[in-house]
Amino acid sequence: MERRRSFPDVLAGGVFVLIGGAFVVGSLGYELGTPLRMGPGAFPLLVGATMAALGLAIVVKGLIAGEVVAFGPIPWRAVAVIVAAVLFFGFTVRDLGFVPTSAVTALLTTLASSRVRPLTAVAVAAGLTVAATLIFVVGLQLRIPLWGPWLGF
Amino acid sequence: MELLDNLALGFSTALLVQNVLYCFVGVLLGTAVGVLPGIGPTATVAMLLPITFSFEPVTALIMLAGIYYGAQYGGSTTAILINLPGESSAAVTALDGHEMARQGRAGAALAAAAVGSFIAGTVATVALAVAAPPLARVALQFGPAEYFSLVLLGLIVSIALARGTALKALAMIALGVLLGTIGQDIYTGTPRFVFDQRELYGGIDFVSVAVGMFGVAEILRNLENEQTRTAVVSKVKNLWPTREDRRRIVGPILRGTGLGAALGVLPGGGHVLASFASYAVEKRISKRRQEFGRGAIEGVAGPESANNAAAQTSFIPLLTLGLPAHPVMALMVGAFIVHGITPGPNVITDEPALFWGLIASMWIGNVLLVLLNLPLIGFWVRMLRIPYQVLFPMIILFAAIGTYSLSFNAYDVYAIAFFGILGYILIKCGCEPAPLLLGFVLGPLLEENLRRALIISRGDASVFLTRPISAVLLALAVAALAVTVLPAIRRRREIVFAEEE
Repeated sequence: MERRRSFPDVLAGGVFVLIGGAFVVGSLGYELGTPLRMGPGAFPLLVGATMAALGLAIVVKGLIAGEVVAFGPIPWRAVAVIVAAVLFFGFTVRDLGFVPTSAVTALLTTLASSRVRPLTAVAVAAGLTVAATLIFVVGLQLRIPLWGPWLGF
Repeated sequence: MELLDNLALGFSTALLVQNVLYCFVGVLLGTAVGVLPGIGPTATVAMLLPITFSFEPVTALIMLAGIYYGAQYGGSTTAILINLPGESSAAVTALDGHEMARQGRAGAALAAAAVGSFIAGTVATVALAVAAPPLARVALQFGPAEYFSLVLLGLIVSIALARGTALKALAMIALGVLLGTIGQDIYTGTPRFVFDQRELYGGIDFVSVAVGMFGVAEILRNLENEQTRTAVVSKVKNLWPTREDRRRIVGPILRGTGLGAALGVLPGGGHVLASFASYAVEKRISKRRQEFGRGAIEGVAGPESANNAAAQTSFIPLLTLGLPAHPVMALMVGAFIVHGITPGPNVITDEPALFWGLIASMWIGNVLLVLLNLPLIGFWVRMLRIPYQVLFPMIILFAAIGTYSLSFNAYDVYAIAFFGILGYILIKCGCEPAPLLLGFVLGPLLEENLRRALIISRGDASVFLTRPISAVLLALAVAALAVTVLPAIRRRREIVFAEEE
């Protein structure tokens, strides 16, 4: 296998250093305690430091003898649309109700594919909304109102 | 015979109408997600977990287990027919299985896979029934120090089997453990890393982590290059193998079963390793080595038996030690806990009906799988025509509904988006998501036992080395770590995994 400088290695290592470091800083704010009675901060501090060290090792290795991983394109449209759809669901399901929230979430999600035609998207969203309502609310008795208070119910 | 009494109890539980029904639903769903590329058993189990909260515990576990081993089964169907392994362990089946299909012998390949899986499933179920009780008795002697060392060993062995570099897998475990510390501290009740959000006090739900890492991230991967799937499948005929075929598959099935049953116990995806190891063994001892890769039926029967046997025996560490060997098992730990049962050595004595019922249901599930797969093969093939543009919105919507219904907490839903993106970035950088999920589930156990052991030993950290069982487990962990990092063995691993491409 070919070994050379590798962007994915450096990125992954960077993510680990960053998150590990954040946990280390965060855990210093909690009581560390003694070995006999470890406080809430001790264990995250230990693991966070280990992870930051591992991340650093990955970065260094990525700079001199990285793993060649094909990074490939990023489907920005899909990332944006799917995140928006999921956040929308979490944010509105209580107040808008199950049916409208599911419909909008499904419709948004179908747009993640760059090949989808508008008519297909609407058909898929409608079908999924009906299926989800039947499965979760009618079949499994999930206690979410079908139509929420925002719509005057 | 105690074993027979236990199995009788198991079958009387597993044969209750609702249990057979949900076992059927489980293996049906499992086969479906095994057939469909782009959704795996981990994401499916995670999405369906909230639904099972209202079931009886044994019914819930029977269904979830059915999804897991059903998926191993479904994955081989597509591997043989269209050279598209739906599950990673079926990749090796595609080598010879698809070649057989191209020669018009798809029927024989499917039958060899089905018969092999059934025999392996039966043997492994018995192995599970025999091996679990003594192991659970040993585990009952474990104190916190032993448990800490055992969990550490489990985590480290899991990276030996992961793809990608050991460093990244270790870092993923650490990340999982860290994410597991979010929420209230078990000893002092101090909320940790919650940013003053009350919704985070209970910690992040592992369902959100699993759905994000295995569901959303996988969808983003698939949307990178959209292709229309073309499923050109020749008609399947002559399901029954010829006498020559039957003679040739006996050995591979038995060897594959043994190999799989042994390797399945290892943490971190023993079923993938088992199918590769079985293929390598069959190729080495075969008198017609040149046929391998050109449609040797041994290359289908062996690995298929191995991965199915491993799928069954990977329940051994879960049921006896409470240690998950696979991300799906990690989710099952959650299922146990939701129903108020702590997975571990006590399950077998406290909940005998559940324990033996689950084991017996696996055998029933294997019978159902044979009935489902061979006659209905045309149906599964037709399912491949479902366009991805319908499939992925369904996964996202059901994932959002499923995680919301966990505790009607919007943060659980936001977490899917977060872990989807994080998982996507890390997977793109060559990190495997499985160690993270194992770390996330086992992290709290690790911390709890570490702190408890130190309290009992009055702060003396040498307790992990002076207690013999703990010392042996730690020594094994160090050895496993050395093995994964040593260059010579690493190269061999790379060769094994390179064949997967």
